[in-house]
Order: sequence, then C-alpha cells, then structure tokens
Amino acid sequence: MEPVLAVRDLRVHFVLDEGLVRAVDGVSFDVAPGEVVGIVGESGCGKSVTMRAVLQIVEPPGRIVGGAMLFNGEAGRVVDLARLDPRGATMRAIRGAEIALIPQEPMAAFSPVHTVGDQVIEALRLHRRKWRPDGSTLTKADARQMTVELFHDVGISMPAERVDAYAWQLSGGLRQRAMIAMALSCRPRLLIADEPTTALDVTTQAQILNLLRDVQRRRGTAIVFITHDLGVIAQIAHHVVVMYLGRVMERGPVDEIFHAPKHPYTRALLSSIPSLLATPQSALPTIAGSIPHPLGRPPGCAFHPRCPDKMTGLCDSAAPALRPIAGAGEAACFLYHRDEEAS
Amino acid sequence: MTRFILKRLLLLPLLLIVFSVTVFAIIQAPPGDFLTTYVATLASSGSSITAEQVAALRTEYGLDQPIWVQYLKWMQNLSRGHLGLSLEYQRPNAELIGERLALTVALALFAFVFTWAVALPAGIYSATHPRSALDYVLTVLNYVGVATPNFMLALVLMWGAFAYFGVSVTGLFSPEFVEAPWSGRRVLDLLAHMWLPAVVLGVAGTARLTRVMRANLLDELHKPYVTTARAKGLSEWRLVWRYPVRLALNPLVSTIGWYLPMLFAGSLIVATVMNLPNIGPLLLRALINQDMYLAGAILLIYCVLTVVGTLISDVLLAWLDPRIRVEDA
Amino acid sequence: MPDALTDERSGVTSAEERISLASNWKLVWWRFRKHRLAMASALALLGFYAIVLCPDFFSTQDPEATDARLAFIPVQRVRLFDGWTPRPWVPGIVGKRNPTTLRMEWRLDESRRVPVRLFVTGYSYRVLGVIPTRLHLMGAAPGAGGSLHLLGTDRLGRDQWSRLAHATQTSMTIGLTAVTLSVVLGVILGGISGYAGGLADTIIQRVIDLLQSLPTIPIWLALTAALPRDWSPLRVFFAITVILSLVEWTRLGREVRGRFLALREEDYVLAAELAGASRARIIVRHMVPNFLSHIIATSTLAIPVLIINETALSFLGLGIRPPAISWGVLLQEAQNIQTLALAPWLLVPGLVVILAVLAFNLVGDGLRDAADPYGS
Repeated sequence: MEPVLAVRDLRVHFVLDEGLVRAVDGVSFDVAPGEVVGIVGESGCGKSVTMRAVLQIVEPPGRIVGGAMLFNGEAGRVVDLARLDPRGATMRAIRGAEIALIPQEPMAAFSPVHTVGDQVIEALRLHRRKWRPDGSTLTKADARQMTVELFHDVGISMPAERVDAYAWQLSGGLRQRAMIAMALSCRPRLLIADEPTTALDVTTQAQILNLLRDVQRRRGTAIVFITHDLGVIAQIAHHVVVMYLGRVMERGPVDEIFHAPKHPYTRALLSSIPSLLATPQSALPTIAGSIPHPLGRPPGCAFHPRCPDKMTGLCDSAAPALRPIAGAGEAACFLYHRDEEAS
Repeated sequence: MTRFILKRLLLLPLLLIVFSVTVFAIIQAPPGDFLTTYVATLASSGSSITAEQVAALRTEYGLDQPIWVQYLKWMQNLSRGHLGLSLEYQRPNAELIGERLALTVALALFAFVFTWAVALPAGIYSATHPRSALDYVLTVLNYVGVATPNFMLALVLMWGAFAYFGVSVTGLFSPEFVEAPWSGRRVLDLLAHMWLPAVVLGVAGTARLTRVMRANLLDELHKPYVTTARAKGLSEWRLVWRYPVRLALNPLVSTIGWYLPMLFAGSLIVATVMNLPNIGPLLLRALINQDMYLAGAILLIYCVLTVVGTLISDVLLAWLDPRIRVEDA
Repeated sequence: MPDALTDERSGVTSAEERISLASNWKLVWWRFRKHRLAMASALALLGFYAIVLCPDFFSTQDPEATDARLAFIPVQRVRLFDGWTPRPWVPGIVGKRNPTTLRMEWRLDESRRVPVRLFVTGYSYRVLGVIPTRLHLMGAAPGAGGSLHLLGTDRLGRDQWSRLAHATQTSMTIGLTAVTLSVVLGVILGGISGYAGGLADTIIQRVIDLLQSLPTIPIWLALTAALPRDWSPLRVFFAITVILSLVEWTRLGREVRGRFLALREEDYVLAAELAGASRARIIVRHMVPNFLSHIIATSTLAIPVLIINETALSFLGLGIRPPAISWGVLLQEAQNIQTLALAPWLLVPGLVVILAVLAFNLVGDGLRDAADPYGS
C-alpha cells in the first residue's frame, strides 16, 4: 500500500550570521496509512524542523534545500510537498485539511483573545469544501454545531459551554484536547503531534495518549509523533525513527527498536532510562560527552565522538548510510555494513 | 466591566477638585495679578491710569479678596457652569473658548486619523518585511520624525512654501472665506488649509506609533499561535491581521488615552507658529497676561480631557482584551 | 562502556569561556559595541559634550557682540583647497547699502579669499570660568582683513556659529541635569514605594497618579509663565530644570517600583534570603544590578524628550530668557517668515536639535538592547 507520506533525503538548512546550520541533513522515512510513526531524539536533533518542513512552515532563515516529501492525498494523487509554494493555494489547502499539526504548548498555541470555539470554527469554515463540495458557505451556526460535536468526541465535558471559553480558562488537559479537536476538525489523513504530552503531568499524559490511540483507530488517521520521551514512544508508536544531529540513526518497528536496538546511539538512549530493576546505589548510565554545537559538526558519523564502539579511521572520516539489517529495521552504522553515505 | 467604568467615573469629581486646587495655585503663583500686567502694558504704550482707578478695578474684579475666597468664588461659579469673564478680552470665557473649541477638536481629530491611518500599515509592513529596502527607509523616517520638534517642522514647511512657492500657509481660511458663512466651498477651503497643520501635528506621533507597532508585531510574529494559524492553512495576510496584529494593537490602544490630551496640548505650539485660531494660543496669552479665569478654565478643560482620555483608553483596552475584561467581572 | 562519571570537558571554546567569566558591565559594553549606529551616535554625543565643556574655544566671535550694521551676513562656506594647495579659506563679504530700506545688505564675494587658520587668538574668555585665555579653535587669519561667520549673523549682527556653541552648552546641560534630578527622585521614591510597600507605597502611588494625570505641556507653560520676570538667567535655568523633572520622575518612579515589586518575588532573591543575606546586601548586590542598566537606558531615552520640551518652551518665550541662549531662544529669531526668507540659516539650530535628539535616541536604544540580559 502506498505510504501516506514518504520523505526522501530531506535537507533543511538555516543560514545564520555565524554560519550554515544543517538542521535536517538527509532524512528519509515512510508513514503508512493508519500507522503511528514516532520520531525520537534529543533536543536540537531536527525532529521538529523535519515536520515543519513537511507542512512548509519552516521559518526563515531556514529553507528546504533538497529532497522530496511525497504526500498521498485525497483522490489518490501523490504530490511532492517540497515543490509547492509555501504560500500558494495548493499548500494551504493541504494544511489543516489533509495534514494537521498538534503543536507543543497548547496555552501558547491558542490565541489568547479568541475563544477556542472560534478558532476551531475558523478552521472548519476555511476548509468548507470538505463538507460543501459545491462551494457554498458553511454557516457559523452549522460550524458551531460541528465544533460542539468535535469537543464531545475528544472527551471534553460540557462541550457547548467550553466552545465559548478562552484557552487560558481551561485546564492543561482540556486545552490539549481542544487543540486535538482543532487538528482533527477537518479530518486530515496525517496528524503531526509535536511533543503533545511534554507540557502535561503524567496522569493527563496517559489520558491524551489514550485519546490519540482511540482517534487513530476510529478514523484511520496516520500520526507522526515527535517526542524525546522513549516511554511514550513505547506506548503509542508502531514504527520508530531515531534522529541525531539532523540524520536518521536507526529506523524500525517499535519492538525491534526496544528489544533489539542496533545503533550504539539507540542502545545508549535505552540504557539511560532509569530502571526499577537496576542494582541499587549504582551510577545512572549517561551518554558520554554532550551534543556538539550545530556549527561544529563532527566529520564522518555525527555520533562518533560519543560512541563507545567507534572505529577510529573509519567512523571519523566517512558517514555511514542507512541500510537494512537482518531482522527488521535499518541502521546507519559501520558496525553492520560498510556502505558510505553518498555525499 | 460596568463596575470598572463606574468606579472610575465616581473618582472624577474628586480628581477635579484636586485639579482645580492645583490649577488655581499655579495660576496665582506669579507675583502680582492681571492688573499689574495691565498697568505695565498701559505704561509702556504711553497712557496711564490713576491709582484710584486701579483700586476700583481691583474691587470690581474681586482681586482684593484673600486667595481662598477667590478660589471658593471660582468654584461656586464653575459648579453653576459659569466659566467667568476674561479680564483681557472683557468677554465671557465660554464664548471665547467655544469659538475655538470646534476647530481645536477638528484639528486634533484630523491629526489622529492621519497618524493611525499611516502608522498602522507602515508598522505592519515593516514588521512583516524586516530588513527590506522600504523597512529601512521607514525606520530612518521614523527616527527623524521622532527627533523633530513639531514646531520646527511647521517652520521649515512654512518657510519652504513661502520661499519657493510664494505661498503663505498661515491661517485656516483663504482671505475670501474668513468671514463668509458656512458653505460647501468654505468647508473645502478649510480642509485645504487644515491638512498641513494636521500633518505637522501628527508626524511625531506617527513616527512613534510606527516604531511601537513594528516592535510589538515583531514580538508577536514569532509566537506559537501564529504558527498554529499558519498550519491550519490560513493565508499569510489574513492570519497576520487576525492574530498578531490584533494582539500587537492592545498596548497601542492603551496609549490613546495619553494621546488625545497630548494632541490638544501639542497643537498649542503648532497653532501659535502657524497662526491658527486654537485654544492653545488663547491659553498662552492668558498665562502671560495673568488672565486667570480664562487660563484656569482652559487648564481645567485640559485636565478633564486627560482624565476622560485615560478612561476611554482603559475601556477600549478592556474591550479588546478578554483577559482583562473577564478577570474584572 | 566507559565510566559514565568521567568528567569529560565538552569542548567549551575559549571564546565561550571569556563570555561566561565576564562581568555584566563588560557584556553590556561588548553588546553595545556591535551596534554601529549606536557607537557612531555615542561619538557624536561626545563631540557635543566637548563643546559643552568649553563653548568659547569653539566660538569665533563673542556671542553677545551686537553690531546692527553686520545684520544678516550669509553663511561663509569653508573651502578646503585654494587652487591645488590644501589651504582652507572662506569667501569674503561685501556690503551694499540698499537705497530704499537704507539697510546694509551683505553678500559673498568669491574673488576675495579670506584664509582660515586653526588655533588663533580671538576675544578673551575663561576656560571653565577660571583660566583666562584668548585661544580659539579657528578663525580668520589675522591681518587678512576679513572675519569668519560660519553660520552667518542674525538681525542684530550676532555671529550664529558662536551663539550656537553657547546654546548647545545650555540646552545639553539642562537635559542632563533635569534627567539626573528625575532619576534621583524616581529611584528614591520608586524604590521606597516598591520595597517598603504599605502606606508609603499608597501615598507615593497616588501622587504619581495625580502628577501623571495633569496635562504636561499646559502645566509647564503655566509654571514657566509663573517665574518672575526679574529672576537672573541662572535662577531661571535651575527653575526650568526643576519644572521639567517634576513630571518626568513619575515615569521613572513607576518603573522602578514595578521592578522592585517583581524582583522581590524572584527566586534568586528568595535564595539569597535563605542563604542568610542581609536586606541591604540583597538590595545592593542582587536587586540593583538587575535594573541599573535598564534605568540608564531609560534615562538616556528621557533626555531627548526634555531637550525638545525645553526648546519648545524657550521658543515660545517662556523658558530660558535672553541674554541666556538655548536652542529654543535661537529659534525665536526664526519665527518670522519674512525674516526666514532673507536668512534661512537661522533655522540651523533646529537641525542641531534634531541631530542631538537622534543621537540620544540611537544611543538609548542601543543601551536598552545591550542591557537586556535576555537579548541575543
């Protein structure tokens, strides 16, 4: 089956006064219909930028400089999002209606001077072609009714009253549900969730994850879930993409990643999770060193300065390509193959 | 919100009393009074007046009473709506002020409309196209505009018009319309003369407003709710107007309260330079000649305008920003 | 797996290290240096203040010297080259009596070249009121039979360039002293209000509210009109300074109060208290440095407002009075349009006002950006 989204060798560069930052440096992955793909990595690895690029909302001085993003939209047409004009009508018709974003902080992501209902109604009326294929207007009253139903769907209590509330009047969990409602309002094929649970406490986190899982099952929406929290990934993802410094280190089904990680980085990430079963009074494992400055990229494999298995002479001179490994999944590591990345 | 407005309105009489005391104290501060100046003027122009005549005038005007008596009398008259008599012009103050009030307000309104009509689009353009050529030009104009005293601008423009075009831009009407009854053509003539003082008056305010709008909007443009709106598929220009501009306007609206009285006061200097029949020059003369009832009345009007202006902008702000409105309820 | 507790240095560059060890003032200075416009403006201001210190040195004639015959001499523009030799000169002046008005009318005569010299002897004066001397920065070469009027003369024959230099001294000093007064009042009263709270806070707040409700320009007009006509220029000068700062301090006071209130709640103040620091130490070492740079930036931005207001007041005849000179007083000569048409150079003081205010604004903006610890 055709993937909903196929990202091929995406490159996004930021031209700063201090130099060129390769925020996304050749990232490829697929999202199958109805599947949840988790993108995981430390802060600054480029996971958010990747998904902003998909929506073509990368802010200057960032620019997509290469690669393709093939989106399988409604009516079965495949369109390369990288070629579309970010401000053009085609891209705008896709945004919100076919690919929707759940941003990071719902408090800041809602306008403080408009009610949450108004903001959802705006989305509904903007993409009214979905409900009025003949192009007639969707009245405010109809849109409001749809919004109330949406709120009910995502589990917001007293939906008719909440429609007239402001974002800052709602609790964290309700806000995030309203945000999800807004994202789902136009029935997109693909949902991008950018760290939706980071700002929430653990209990609310569990509720939101349940909601997303539920939505995904019922509507068959594909989700790209961005997070740095491996625990969340384990609960919700089907496939996992591990990123580091703008490159994909490892890709694979969630079971493979968690039970048989291949790449040294993935292994280090997993082993740094504190465990109840660890020996008491032992030191918490960490990854040696720290993330290099974006302008000070290490030559060769991006991870080699911190890698416990690095092979001097090889890992510091050439970057390994992402290749399938026996079993399932792929890793970019010379431990498994000697294929170099095409530079 | 009604409670909010009511609270402010209730404070008004108290403020007025305090203002009236302050104003009265300031008016009385210069040594001597109207008659001393009057006598001096007479003396310099050659005529003279006897001491008995001066004493008689003093009693007639009530200038020989102790200060607090004078103050109470003044307050008594004010509470009845009598603004008093101008000692210099020998006409009721209400008449003098009334003649010029309409024009003062019209000029201020013109300048206000001009300022906002120019500054908002300029500020929005500057913020959405930072570092473009037009942005640099606008920034330079803004800095220079803020630095130029408005009477200086008036002088330069008047001189330029006179020296290079032989045109005299003083006054509000062409000679043939000065005494004429109101007609459509007279209104047009008025507009033709009014735009220049209105622009001069508005330049500094426009420059300041553009800079503030640009700064505010730049701050808002990078906030997450703008990204969300973009991700929903809104067109760029529609989302800029609906969201960040709306939020950037809030602090600007709160400055309207200061702006209105500032306009009235700023027009004072411009009107003096450009010879316009404004309240301002009237106040100036009254202060210099110690025509105290006239000066006091005008100053009180300014005070009231300031307080009303602040109230208006507070109400506007509460109306625009639900965060303030809802919390007050 | 290497021992995870190894303290591996994570590649901090030497530049980053310098930044992390620099004191706050150094950081502010470095950030300010990057603003080229602000630096250029700061240099311009230094030039202005050089004139403020010793205006007579920069003057070419005695600013008080009137000579009705020398009225309205036009600007003598300095040329740097005499033919091909670098020898500065100005065109000479030639006068003709107008048969109808019987007034002398002057115009430039390019054929007569009056050389300009640096460091000439001119009228006598006292540096800073103490050291007598006759040295001036420039003037017409002695014995060349000409005089130097870089900005022409006014209707009383007074040299405008020299008067401008003295006016600069007055106007810039008023700006500075008024701001200093405002800052002192604002910081003290605002600080008491913010830190002590309670009754003192309420009273000071009401006073600030009242003062801010008064319409500034009319009140200033009224106050300056109230100054007795027979006061000496010096007393008038100080009175104007006090009047100007009477309303200005409220703005600063309110900001200082707001800062104190906010800072009181900051976690690092709490940490200092928990660590056992005394109140005085907390105020001096933790709170004051936090808003000091902000106060400096705000005051620098307040100076141009005060300068413009003083200029406007003097222009209307209510501020500085002759024989004292300020920019506003000089501009009074330009009120008459017919006079201006004859002598447009009388407008130059206005240009100088604009330049000074621009420079202050640019420096103030630069300081404000540099002082913001959360800036980039």
